[in-house]
Amino acid sequence: MNIAVCIKQVPGTTKVKIDPQTNTLVREGIENIVNPFDTYALEEGVRLKERYGGKVTALSMGPPQAEEVLREAIALGADEAVLLSDNAFAGADTLATSYTLAQAIGKLGQPELIICGRQTIDGDTGQVGPELAEMLGLPFVAYVSKIEDINSGYMRVQRMVEDGHEVIELPLPAVLTVVKEINTPRLPSLRGLAKSKAALIPIWTAQDLGVDKDMVGLSGSATKVIKIFFPQRVGGGEILQGKLESQVETLVDKLRDARII
Amino acid sequence: MEYLLTEQQKTIKQLARRIAEERILPVRAELDEKEEFPWAIMKDLADSDMFRVAIPEEYGGLGGGCLELCLVVEELSRVCSGIAVSYAASALGSFSLLKYGTEEQKRRYLPDIASGKRLAAFALTEATAGSDASAIRTTAERVEGGYILNGTKQFITNGGEAEIYTVIALTAKEKGARGASAFLVEKDAPGFSFGKKEKKMGIRASSTRELVFRNCFVPEENMVGREGVGFIMTMKLLDNSRPGVGAQAVGLAQGALEAAVDYARERIQFGHPIISIQAVQHMLANMATEVEAARLLVYAAARTIDSGAKNFTEEAAMAKVFASDTAMRVTTDAVQIFGGVGYMRDYPVEKMMRDAKITQIYEGSNQVLRDAIAFELRKRKAKRE
Repeated sequence: MNIAVCIKQVPGTTKVKIDPQTNTLVREGIENIVNPFDTYALEEGVRLKERYGGKVTALSMGPPQAEEVLREAIALGADEAVLLSDNAFAGADTLATSYTLAQAIGKLGQPELIICGRQTIDGDTGQVGPELAEMLGLPFVAYVSKIEDINSGYMRVQRMVEDGHEVIELPLPAVLTVVKEINTPRLPSLRGLAKSKAALIPIWTAQDLGVDKDMVGLSGSATKVIKIFFPQRVGGGEILQGKLESQVETLVDKLRDARII
Repeated sequence: MEYLLTEQQKTIKQLARRIAEERILPVRAELDEKEEFPWAIMKDLADSDMFRVAIPEEYGGLGGGCLELCLVVEELSRVCSGIAVSYAASALGSFSLLKYGTEEQKRRYLPDIASGKRLAAFALTEATAGSDASAIRTTAERVEGGYILNGTKQFITNGGEAEIYTVIALTAKEKGARGASAFLVEKDAPGFSFGKKEKKMGIRASSTRELVFRNCFVPEENMVGREGVGFIMTMKLLDNSRPGVGAQAVGLAQGALEAAVDYARERIQFGHPIISIQAVQHMLANMATEVEAARLLVYAAARTIDSGAKNFTEEAAMAKVFASDTAMRVTTDAVQIFGGVGYMRDYPVEKMMRDAKITQIYEGSNQVLRDAIAFELRKRKAKRE
């Protein structure tokens, strides 16, 4: 079973700062990590490979340094990795990203399964998985928490919904996004780390993919970030004193004055 | 400090630290409290190839030596030396094979030890034979096709959990130490069972147990080395393993030092963090200096062994003695810096202090090892070296 896993390099969670002048992420001196949700996608891909045979290819679109996360993916059990990197890809929103990933997946030859994390921790949209399925014309299930069985071209999965689980059967090839409940990702092994250091990671450019330049990067994006801002901190506050009854009356008056009630 | 580690050694150290922090830290207090063997951690260590580091490549290892082993033990011990010792004891159990095993024995056992599929253990100590290892009473009587073992081993690390045991027994009782031989005994050998599981002061996540042999048959191909060389072989093997105990002590002391620095920065007394008090600063400075000195001595001893030196009794003993005495002092001072809360089980330093004590006792008590160091000094003087 050939599996493609899409991963993204993101800034380490708690250390994100935004440049107030340019409204962009300050990336200098920031530790980059594999998007945590993607580590579950990779682990599930590797486990399926161990169970059913085949190979796992990790894919990432990003700047040249995103190669680091692909090396980590190899240390964690991916057989191959491909970096999609080109100035033309810069500034992509989820639509342009999905388009580029879909082209790369086409170039890989049709994998039977494509797994993504449920969302990234920097963009947080959760759109790339479903958009990718749409572009590839494949069945899609989001928030998968368990792969129950794969058998003669079909798979049965559990998907987390707000009030329980849904069990869904779908034909392969397919696209899934997974939640953290699906597994506990392994740590790298020493042999895996040695393999990852030596691995050759090809870089595919816009030309390699033969993509339409108007569909990738900023020009292929349907959305544009106009402004990034921190919510204003509202300071102050008032603590009411006195008897309970009078406190309640004062509170109701104040809420009326503020037109909240 | 620059330790002159190779890229591979740095990778080993980093990964061991990551396993310790991500997998061991969340469970160390619970495993200590419940005195539970850390099987889940052993699996993590196996999956990450940690059991492979000091085994030659032809048997599924990564071809490292004593230093690589010490780096893993140090990093695991920084978080929990009770868990680290189960790992280290398996390595000790493999030493007899590595140094004296036949090609056939190596092929039969080392790949499983390297993959972590089977743990190993080493069994010398008996109720009557502690520091005086020559006083062992377990016998191995020659019969057709093998030997019959009878006797009881005491305080065996990984006892009951390991599957491959190196057991020292007397093939010629009348010859005493010169009549000892080494045998590989598998867990399911008929006549081999496990006795009392010890309740310990520290390293409580590890298993320490009696091994009981009652007419236990061991085939002759499981003898390691020749008849009568068991004792001298044991002394050599323990020279090999002592830097590992030193590394355990260094890791423990490092963990206690870091905990003490963190706490001293947070704890406010008299309106200031206690780290601003000179008495505390000097304690921390001494702790840090001693830990660094112990680490360098352990690494130097390990490198001496890995360089192919013939006799390293003195270096190995010095590393073990100095590092374990350091661990005892540093963990005790860490509890002192924490004060009252350090004595409570809510904080990790009381466990570190309990765990440290054994490093001064096992694999040669520090008193016996000082004898060994002094013996080497006298020998050199006599030879006018």
